[in-house]
Amino acid sequence: MSVLVFIESADGEFRGTSLEAVAYGAALAKAQGSNATALVLGNTVDASKLPNVGNYGVSKVLHVNDDRLDNGIIQAYAQVVAQAMEKEGANTLVLAKSSLGDAVSARVAAKMKAALASNVTELPDLNAGFTVKRSVYTGKAFQITELKSENKILALKKNAITPEVTDATAEVEAFSPSLSDADFGVSITKTDKITGEILLPEADLVVSGGRGLKAAENWGIIEDLAKALNAATGCSKPVSDMDWRPHHEHVGQTGVKVSPQLYVAVGISGAIQHLAGVSSSKCIVVINKDPEAPFFKAADYGIVGDAFEILPKITEAVKALK
Amino acid sequence: MKILVCITHVPDTTSKITFSENNTKLNKDGLQFVIGPYDDYALARAVEIKDALGGTVTALNVGLAETEATIRKALAIGADDAIRINAEPTDAYFVASQIAAIAQKENYDLILMGRESSDYNGGQVHGMVGEMLGIPSLSPVMKLDIEGNTAKMAREIEGGKEYLEASLPLVLGCQEPIAEWKIPNMRGIMSARKKPLQVVEPSSDETLTIGQNYEMPAPKGACKMIDADNAASLVELLRSEAKVL
Ligand SMILES: Cc1cc2nc3c(=O)[nH]c(=O)nc-3n(C[C@H](O)[C@H](O)[C@H](O)COP(=O)(O)OP(=O)(O)OC[C@H]3O[C@@H](n4cnc5c(N)ncnc54)[C@H](O)[C@@H]3O)c2cc1C
Ligand SMILES: Nc1ncnc2c1ncn2[C@@H]1O[C@H](COP(=O)(O)O)[C@@H](O)[C@H]1O
Repeated sequence: MSVLVFIESADGEFRGTSLEAVAYGAALAKAQGSNATALVLGNTVDASKLPNVGNYGVSKVLHVNDDRLDNGIIQAYAQVVAQAMEKEGANTLVLAKSSLGDAVSARVAAKMKAALASNVTELPDLNAGFTVKRSVYTGKAFQITELKSENKILALKKNAITPEVTDATAEVEAFSPSLSDADFGVSITKTDKITGEILLPEADLVVSGGRGLKAAENWGIIEDLAKALNAATGCSKPVSDMDWRPHHEHVGQTGVKVSPQLYVAVGISGAIQHLAGVSSSKCIVVINKDPEAPFFKAADYGIVGDAFEILPKITEAVKALK
Repeated sequence: MKILVCITHVPDTTSKITFSENNTKLNKDGLQFVIGPYDDYALARAVEIKDALGGTVTALNVGLAETEATIRKALAIGADDAIRINAEPTDAYFVASQIAAIAQKENYDLILMGRESSDYNGGQVHGMVGEMLGIPSLSPVMKLDIEGNTAKMAREIEGGKEYLEASLPLVLGCQEPIAEWKIPNMRGIMSARKKPLQVVEPSSDETLTIGQNYEMPAPKGACKMIDADNAASLVELLRSEAKVL
């Protein structure tokens, strides 16, 4: 029984978290003595890039050459994924946790009666059955979960594996699933999407600002540091509630959960709901004028002082490093 | 408009989480339980739609008797009646099967849920219910307007939004800013006591996963403080000590 990996793209490239899922699927298949295949839907990524998925450890890529799948139509995607699993004789689906991935994998789980574990943080333990470690209670704890059924789905948290990248390429095979009009019952009338920027859930470096920055027009100091670092920008919930920043930038319990190498929090107090979104960051830097701000308890490095004086100095130092 | 809202009964977001019985059970002592924050958005929007278009809002929870105070709160916020499916919500497949079994009988126009529960954060139940009923499911939905038999929606995607249209019935996982959270008023609280809360037994007992035990994250080391006058030295520490640059 083999492993199928569902790949998403953004900005004409495969998403970094999806490529992590490919590496994870390949490692899992190896541990099980089977093989892994990747699945790419639609034509938003140039076909010449398809063999490069092999860099992450799979020898075959199934490609569905159908422009109707350039947008993430959830029901149609679930149909394609389930049919690809059947075609490949795959009993395990691996994918990156994302807004589309969640929606698709839940439908596939119901279709295939598959045990679904979400927010998986490590490779499974195959010694006694099939168990995974996953993050629960918004990052406050982990649960060891057993997947009982024959079919399984693992939705990965970022950094569940560190991919080993080689120059091996994959063979590309065209796949034509059967889709009906009912699978396209939802129509997308418009898409507003940033392009050319690093997506927050994928980012290795994040610079985030809170209400301490006082106004939308003060965001320049955050953007300058983010630019110097090549980082994504984030914010706290009140900041997006007040429309200082777009909603998809807000980090925390009700927003994006990030897992970067570095999270720089500027003028954010560190409410527990905000911390829920950042607790799996490798290194946290907090800049706040209040030495009692709760965020310092969750930080690795802290600076007490005025963000408007401190941030430009850090930005200069980053530029000097390059 | 006949609307079903599925609500979870979860520890308040500020709770400190601990476990008992060899780390196999959530320690509920001293925890304050609330309606899941995303479910609260779904409920608020359901009540707004009912107020505008007429119809009924039914709140549903899969849980043991301990969840009834939370369900009463949903009634106080504006649901007309409620159903509790009397079972421990062990896994998403089990919960979805229970909700789908009720929905098959009742023919709701809209089934609104939260984008994800704040205990398991799976974001799975709505998609499963949609598939079990053979109707579209969408999540996370941040805007919902009903025009006749059509729902006009905005869904959050990484880095932006997409705008969608679909015919009812639909299953939606909701998130802000679909509506403002509603706080129950005195009249709501009084009337909630008299609203019907029906308890039904589960229609199946199949689960596909088993939660074995919990682990806590490794404790965080002390925070290294850097003098503001020396802020630039942070960058060197991030490079050579933390090794993140
Ligand atoms: C159910 C629920 C869910 C929630 N979900 C989220 C969520 O997902 N994400 C989220 O972020 N919040 C969430 N919240 C809100 C959360 O509780 C806090 O209110 C919020 O995080 C505070 O945002 P803040 O830190 O930007 O603002 P504040 O708490 O006002 O903090 C501003 C900070 O800036 C500092 N400051 C001021 N001036 C300066 C300066 N010149 N230089 C440096 N520092 C300065 C201050 O000392 C202060 O610490 C949620 C709340 C609830 C009830
Ligand atoms: N035990 C439950 N009872 C009723 N609804 C639930 C239950 N568990 C989950 N849901 C609904 O499904 C949504 C998604 O939950 P989850 O898939 O666990 O993240 C929640 O926001 C609720 O609306």
